[in-house]
Amino acid sequence: MTITEKILALHAGKKDVTPGELINAKVDIALGNDITAPIAITEFRGVGGKKVFNRDRVVLVPDHFTPNKDILSAIQSKAVREFAVEQKLTHYYEGGDVGVEHALLPEKGIVVSGDLVIGADSHTCTYGALGAFSTGVGSTDLAAVMITGELWFKVPPTIKFVYYGKLNKWVGGKDLILYTIGDIGVDGALYKAMEFAGEAIGRLSMDGRFSVCNMAVEAGAKSGIMEPDEVTRKYLRNRAERPPRFHFSDPGAIYESTMEYDCAKIEPQVALPHLPENTKNVTDVGNIPIDQVVIGSCTNGRIEDLKVSAKVLRKNRVAKNVRLIIIPATPSIYREAMERGYFDVFLKAGAVISPPTCGPCLGGHMGILAPGERAVSTTNRNFMGRMGDSTSEVYLANPAVAAASAVKGRLAHPDEVVKP
Amino acid sequence: MPMKMRGTVWKFGSDIDTDRIIPARHLNTSDPAELARHCMEDEDPGFAGKVKPGDIIVAGKNFGCGSSREHAPFSIKAAGVACVIAKSFARIFFRNSFNMGLPILECPDAVDSTSAGDTLDVDFSNGIIKNVTKNKVFKANPIPQFMQELVRAGGLMKWIKKRGMV
Repeated sequence: MTITEKILALHAGKKDVTPGELINAKVDIALGNDITAPIAITEFRGVGGKKVFNRDRVVLVPDHFTPNKDILSAIQSKAVREFAVEQKLTHYYEGGDVGVEHALLPEKGIVVSGDLVIGADSHTCTYGALGAFSTGVGSTDLAAVMITGELWFKVPPTIKFVYYGKLNKWVGGKDLILYTIGDIGVDGALYKAMEFAGEAIGRLSMDGRFSVCNMAVEAGAKSGIMEPDEVTRKYLRNRAERPPRFHFSDPGAIYESTMEYDCAKIEPQVALPHLPENTKNVTDVGNIPIDQVVIGSCTNGRIEDLKVSAKVLRKNRVAKNVRLIIIPATPSIYREAMERGYFDVFLKAGAVISPPTCGPCLGGHMGILAPGERAVSTTNRNFMGRMGDSTSEVYLANPAVAAASAVKGRLAHPDEVVKP
Repeated sequence: MPMKMRGTVWKFGSDIDTDRIIPARHLNTSDPAELARHCMEDEDPGFAGKVKPGDIIVAGKNFGCGSSREHAPFSIKAAGVACVIAKSFARIFFRNSFNMGLPILECPDAVDSTSAGDTLDVDFSNGIIKNVTKNKVFKANPIPQFMQELVRAGGLMKWIKKRGMV
């Protein structure tokens, strides 16, 4: 079996499972946010739900429109808070404790290897980087799990993606996944599990691995996953709140197909509007002037992302009439960036530093685009109108490309800004 | 949920994402009337004002890709749309639709042969789609037994209640 099949079988109490099989499985962690949890809470109460199945395993993170952007969002956050207090949830975060959910849960050790995780947020697939099965669902699914602790799943077939060789300069996890989505398309892994492997994955830090698994959903996948290794173990040490369970795909595991990539051929990528599959090398996009840059999100708001941004922005200044918004994904990333002196670099460059929030990624707040405006963003979606007006445009890239573009006022390669 | 429906077709392309179905700027509410008013507004600003109860959406591949927001199928249902037929659906949208009772069918042939304004007869119980305007009949991909059970129960929450799991 593959690692995905093993985790699903274990949680369904079965010896083995095969792709296509419908199973009922126990859920380790169920997650909701300020947009999806209110509907789940209404559904929970609507069928007479009184108590969540386990107060340690239902996690509520109001991160999308927070700090509350308007009265209606404040009402939604209030509903989440009241439910969390009523149910005495262990993992409820707000104010100075809240961060972007998919950065916050691994950081706090709430999600560990071997878990089965569902979240009413499509980027729940991020935790696959720890060797967990983790997938996005809707509010009704979340409500059902809050009551029963179980959910039905269709076992997905797995496509294996193997990355050979060394990463080129300025290339990170974000570029691997953008390149892959550019290759297979936004429905290239529809209903399937993506298993990422190969020496290049092994050399990525956990931050880079989270970026890869985070965007599996942008290829239509049910989940993205990586086998745990020493990097995973080290990350979980002094962090995991439950003992991790390390699973690996069998040598004879059956894959629907295997895709192989030579990393020597992968340059920093940009996904042009309006789909993540519209990828090009940043050096091939031509002169595209921009109005805004966003560095942050569950894809690229971690410390390694801020480190490379600071490296590019050091002794540079954001171009005239371009807004650079930097959003550390969690309070502890925020503090670490400050202590490492990155804030000094960002402020000298002319950036705005936002508190942790999903904010502009989904066109919520903290950097909305006017008609015709263009943004380079380290987020995960460039759909039409995603960050604001329907005639605005989003170009997805890694943090180094985003920072260099802010300096140049157009899409730019980091080498144009950082002299060797 | 009614198993048989007749309606007029609204045709959309491929990869219609959840931001086009209901932009995030409207996710500060789950009020059905409000979500219905903004359904598809960035894709076709006139849609919400013109769509009639019982109309049918026909779209290309990967309909509903992107976010997990249940507001997407919710806004379509609240706008009065009786059924969505597409070449394929993004998986969270697919799941959400069954869970909250929006009938959806996958049928690439029917999508290719159907134009905006056509009249369709759809029988959800056997997946038979008849294009009345063009006098053609199609069969949608079969719906797994378990999911039919969910629909018959009236959605996931009613299903778990029926099984005494609450």
